[in-house]
Amino acid sequence: MEHILQTASITKNFGDFRALDDVSISIEKGKIFGLLGPNGAGKTTLIRIITKIYAADSGKVFFNGKELTEDHVLKIGYLPEERGLYKKMKVGEQLIYLGRIKGMPLDHVKERLKYWFQKFDIMDWWNKKIDELSKGMQQKIQFIASVIHQPSLIILDEPFTGFDPINANIIKKEILQLKEDGATIIFSTHRMESVEELCDNIALINKSKKILDGAKQQIKEDHKENIFEIEHRGDLNGLNGFVHVLNTKTIHDDLYQTTLQSATQISHNDLLRLLIDKVEIMSFAEKLPSINDIFISRVGGIRE
Amino acid sequence: MNKIWLIIKREYITRVRKKSFLIMSLLTPLLLALIMIVPLWLATRDAPAREILVSDKSGFFEGKLVGDGTVEYDFYDQPIEILKEIAFSTGKYGVLDIPDVDIDDPKGITLITEHSASIEVKMKIEDQLKRILEDHKLEISGIDREKLDNIKTSVYIGTSVINDKGQVQSTHTEVAYIIGYLGSFLIYILIFAYGVQTMRGVIEEKTSRIVEVIISSVKPYQLMAGKIIGIGAVGLTQFLIWAFLTFSIYSIAGLLLDFDQMQQMNQGGAMQNTAMNAADTEMIKSVMEKIDSINFGLIIGVFLFYFIAAYLFYGSLFAAIGSAVDTETDAQQFQLPVTLPLIFSIVVLAAILRDPNSSLAIWLSIIPFTSPAVMMMRLPFIANEISWDLYLSMGVLVLSIIVTTWVAAKIYRIGILSYGTKPSYKLLFKWIFAKN
Repeated sequence: MEHILQTASITKNFGDFRALDDVSISIEKGKIFGLLGPNGAGKTTLIRIITKIYAADSGKVFFNGKELTEDHVLKIGYLPEERGLYKKMKVGEQLIYLGRIKGMPLDHVKERLKYWFQKFDIMDWWNKKIDELSKGMQQKIQFIASVIHQPSLIILDEPFTGFDPINANIIKKEILQLKEDGATIIFSTHRMESVEELCDNIALINKSKKILDGAKQQIKEDHKENIFEIEHRGDLNGLNGFVHVLNTKTIHDDLYQTTLQSATQISHNDLLRLLIDKVEIMSFAEKLPSINDIFISRVGGIRE
Repeated sequence: MNKIWLIIKREYITRVRKKSFLIMSLLTPLLLALIMIVPLWLATRDAPAREILVSDKSGFFEGKLVGDGTVEYDFYDQPIEILKEIAFSTGKYGVLDIPDVDIDDPKGITLITEHSASIEVKMKIEDQLKRILEDHKLEISGIDREKLDNIKTSVYIGTSVINDKGQVQSTHTEVAYIIGYLGSFLIYILIFAYGVQTMRGVIEEKTSRIVEVIISSVKPYQLMAGKIIGIGAVGLTQFLIWAFLTFSIYSIAGLLLDFDQMQQMNQGGAMQNTAMNAADTEMIKSVMEKIDSINFGLIIGVFLFYFIAAYLFYGSLFAAIGSAVDTETDAQQFQLPVTLPLIFSIVVLAAILRDPNSSLAIWLSIIPFTSPAVMMMRLPFIANEISWDLYLSMGVLVLSIIVTTWVAAKIYRIGILSYGTKPSYKLLFKWIFAKN
């Protein structure tokens, strides 16, 4: 497994307040990494350390295995949560400027802009001032600004705030496309539905500490409570002590949906065997916890 | 460095392209020129003669009060009421009512006009009446007017200094005074205007929330330096445009006006000529010589140094203020301690003038908060003998710039990412010494 970025025991204090406490994460190359946590957990501080806006009090950041330098930061594309553009500046000029300060030569910026402007079909925005654009349009420009220099690592801090569902979908598509093209994406959010949809790996930060990380699927496995959902015909009675019925509802006539919880030692097949004797099984599925459930159970319900 | 250059370019180009910059650059020298030239032009222009009907009950002035082309007099014996009617129905300027006055102490002379009389006409009539009465009194006393004029004496003291080579150089206090004031005020106005612009620029970046996008590509100090230098370059450009335009306008206007004035002198504009006596001529000659002898190269050079240095000194402080607050209203509290010494240096100019080499003057021209404006005031007085205090003042200012930009960068770095809370002085102080 190749890592594009690793943080090793990052600690950061602001005065008496410890914003990050011994945080180590590893970002797998070519994957989408979800950096989760409630507001004020320390996500943005960690990102600002990765982008060298802040320096850590202790701990190190490695980029492709080497200690992070200014040159590495140029390979990062960053869409901050607190974002904006120069309101009186024209779209084209502004994007050229933002590309240039990333160290891109002028003709390269122009070439990349042409690509994005065609992709979003916004050629006629070139000479418009930012404050003539709608909020959603501005967000698109903002997104282009953070990926214009073809970064190998893209950090998106709450990328969907302020987007309407249509534009959010467009951006979601672009994020997946960028991943396809080989970029790694760190995706910081407290909106779990998009995590569920996009992320391969996640880390959960709460109260300045990393409390959980790993592959999304694995984390779900680790947090499963052996809950199953079955649809069946006939009454389900006389189960042994290892399986409890949590909930049953009638779908129609003789068809029921039942949620069961089993003790850990029972395998899926054993459970099925047990059930088949009693009722006719129409469907059988294990219900894994959602990231949202895990988030709430681990953070303790501190959610916005 | 390349990145600072990109930032400078953006700051410069977006500002210079604004319409307001163009208007300010063109309009200011034009307005200044208008203020100076229009009154001169009005004064020298040939106005039609104002006809005034005179009712002289004393009978003393008839034949003595004569017109001169700008004001003409007609004497009538009719009662004043009739004269008024004649005057206003025929479009004459007005009626001068001279009652039967005591020649030694004339009282009750009135000028009646349809609209308020112009001060110029009133003063002209007063002056003429005064001269007539004076001549009369001189005659009674048996004094010849010509002799009296010869007795009148004006004294003009030329001033000069001995420079360090032991040579005597003439100076001119009045010219030095004007140049000093001009330099000081220009520094003051430009620093204020562009310092505040720097602060606004920083606040704008903060409120538009672009700042974090930018500082993920460049270091905060690069952004701050680029902004300060870029806006400073705009100020310098504006100053150079002003200087060039003002110079051009005055050169052109000077040519035109000189011609007019010569004409006027030939016609014998009585007032101006009598007022100009030998001492005045000498003074004007001396002023001309002094203007020629002033080391403008040095003054402009030193001005540019102080302008740039003062701007960097104050500009970085203004940038720090801008970074610490969210809105311009919040900024006012922190602006005061920065602008106070600037205002103080202008207030204290009168005292500097009284004695440009007093220890107060020397100290204020060394302390970096006041040195730019105060040194510009002192410079024309000491320009011929550049001394240790000029070098000391410049040196101290340069060192102070290093300190203020360092302090400003420290505050800026943390300030630009802090939203919501208005920081206290104590917090700002903490920021200065905080690690990254």
